[in-house]
Amino acid sequence: MSATTHDSHGHPRLAHHFFEMEQQHECAKLGMWLFLLTEILFFGGLFCFYFIWRIMDPELFVGASEMLNWKLGGLNTIVLIFSSFTVAMAIRSIQQNKRNACAIYLAITIACAFVFLVVKYFEYSAKIGHGTLPGTSFHDLHFLAEHPEVKNPHIFFSIYFCMTGLHGFHVICGIVYIAWLLYLTLKNRFDSEYYAPIEMGGLYWHLVDLIWIYLFPLLYLI
Amino acid sequence: MSAADSNTNYINHTKGIMSWLLTVDHKRIGLMYMIVVLSAFAAGGFFAVAIRLELFAPEMQIFPAAPTEGASWTYNKAFTLHGAIMVFLFIIPSIPAILGNFCLPIMLGTKDVAFPRLNLASWYIYMIGAAICLYAIFFGNSVDTGWTFYTPYSTSSSSSVTMMTFGVFVLGFSSILTGMNFVVTVHKMRAPGMGWFEMPLFVWGIYATALIQILATPVLAITLLLLIMETTFGIGIFDPANGGDPVLFQHFFWFYSHPAVYIMILPGMAVMSELIAVHSHRTIFGYKLIAYSSVAIAFLGFLVWGHHMFVSGQSEFISLLFSFITFLIGVPTAIKLFNWMTTMYLGQISWNTPMLYALCFMVTFTIGGLTGVFLGALGMDIPLHDTYFVVAHFHYVMMGGTVIAFLGGLHHWWPKIFGKMYSEFWGKIGFVFIFLGFNMTFFSQFILGQQGMPRRYADYAGFEKTQLFETYHQFSTVGSLILAVGFIIILIYLVHSLIAGKKAPANPWGGLSMEWATSSPPPAHNFLEDPVCKHGPYDYDKVRPEDI
Repeated sequence: MSATTHDSHGHPRLAHHFFEMEQQHECAKLGMWLFLLTEILFFGGLFCFYFIWRIMDPELFVGASEMLNWKLGGLNTIVLIFSSFTVAMAIRSIQQNKRNACAIYLAITIACAFVFLVVKYFEYSAKIGHGTLPGTSFHDLHFLAEHPEVKNPHIFFSIYFCMTGLHGFHVICGIVYIAWLLYLTLKNRFDSEYYAPIEMGGLYWHLVDLIWIYLFPLLYLI
Repeated sequence: MSAADSNTNYINHTKGIMSWLLTVDHKRIGLMYMIVVLSAFAAGGFFAVAIRLELFAPEMQIFPAAPTEGASWTYNKAFTLHGAIMVFLFIIPSIPAILGNFCLPIMLGTKDVAFPRLNLASWYIYMIGAAICLYAIFFGNSVDTGWTFYTPYSTSSSSSVTMMTFGVFVLGFSSILTGMNFVVTVHKMRAPGMGWFEMPLFVWGIYATALIQILATPVLAITLLLLIMETTFGIGIFDPANGGDPVLFQHFFWFYSHPAVYIMILPGMAVMSELIAVHSHRTIFGYKLIAYSSVAIAFLGFLVWGHHMFVSGQSEFISLLFSFITFLIGVPTAIKLFNWMTTMYLGQISWNTPMLYALCFMVTFTIGGLTGVFLGALGMDIPLHDTYFVVAHFHYVMMGGTVIAFLGGLHHWWPKIFGKMYSEFWGKIGFVFIFLGFNMTFFSQFILGQQGMPRRYADYAGFEKTQLFETYHQFSTVGSLILAVGFIIILIYLVHSLIAGKKAPANPWGGLSMEWATSSPPPAHNFLEDPVCKHGPYDYDKVRPEDI
């Protein structure tokens, strides 16, 4: 077995192939930003879907967006913005070696994510109850009677369910990841020198939040 | 840093199947990719031969004229699977995941890629994606839409489109994660003393490829996801029956799949720069231009997707623009070719097997590239669209470019990867079969296409020129069999070299980049002591290969 020459590994969390903690941290950050870029492009396809149909058929969007409850959407927007603040505070706390504060902030972030999903659940079940479904299963007679001018109303709700569904999936992934971070924080895995996973979780969570900040006005308000 | 003679290396330092399946060593992961990706190549090749045998004569030969009970294999399925397997399971991961994984960290003088566990995860994701595709092929109803999954074929086909596209969706993540890993490794993991312009050009090529993998593949992912939504829920985006727009699918699809063409060819060009410089023993001409031209191709590659859609009903103005940008891609490509030629001029060329493949690339890829310019011209494209001319063109680029470069790279780094020399004599024999077989198979298809033979037809009886088509098809089929024999020869002597080959020296070809400074095969952590970059990878005027 060949001898490794970094026998003076400083931090116990420094992986074997890095020279120092800073290099490891920089790698994680660049990798995460690249990942966020792929996420933006991934959602970009859906935003294309939205804008192309909005330009082709503006009436559809005006009529159909009335069906969405902007109060519930607004509540969710506030909840997510607040959770972005708490996750940022979690990073700040661990940078100052305050592990308990960090754990509390992470726990609040998870709680906010659950609130978001619960509100979403009520919105979805109301839609499904009215038959306001995506695609060919759309059969909301009430909507069809009120908006006879709208052709293909199912397309708006396809867009709505695809965009919020994919976003909701990202919220669930965020819950799983932040719960794991919380577990590791409680096990004292992080300190002011090694907190890259928390920072990456924060970056991811900000993106999830940011996407919602675009989705809310595009779908509910205009 | 001298080549250390040691009997322990990355292959034998730990034993047992689990030491491979759970490894985070980029070299072992590269070998694991080699096994599965080359198996995919064999499967894709099997379908290719089936297609060629069907076309040996007009009318139906080996496939049923229509899908019947018990005989569900149709010609459409064969060419779809040939395309889908070759594109998604073979060419895209071939050079980056096999040679890139193995060489890139060693060339940069580092112990591993930036995220070794993510690298292993990419391999498993590839395996899961491949398993889903295999399931769709053998337990589902396969797929018969062509590898492009165009709507409304794909929304009305009775084959397992959803399952297959989901498999491709999963494979995309493997590609994205590999690309991310390479970009971060290049930015942050270079050995002390190695600036951007001391990196080997192979690394530049793989870096440009990784950028496209990151920027384009997510768009394929969302496209396939929306296609799955369309086939399952009828969301009305791509299928006109539900109020969707099939041309939009083509835009979405080619926004990924044209850049993907450069995911396939840029690594081939990356390998070429190494082969030409090392086997000509001369400083590469125009290092910076070759490096920048890779990035330029990556960038321009995003702006030309519309040239796949000249007859799909997009506006003439947009078509003109796409046509013009398509011509522009010829510029950085020509820069590379002329720089390679100039490197060979006054060089001391060794006619080793890898160098033969490098020369073959310069001939066949140039033919493929120039016919691409024909097809990029609006007026020319309309009669040639959907004919064998297009088939010949992209096989000259993909096979005459990427696969030939891959074979050259495989022969170039084989001694480094396994520590064994293959038979140079059989290497040259294998090359002759590949070169002749390839050109016989595909040059005849240029003529077929120019004479009007449409692609994707199983039965070409009843054309005015059926007799002419038959002659060229037979020529092409014979060529494809010679090509298949060539691959079998290569397989035999490479496997033979593992058992009975001579032990390879650390630096068999006289290269100057860092992978030649460590032993063959390299130790578990690539170098016995941390390397420092003291000279450029092609400084043949300053450094002798014996001294690195």
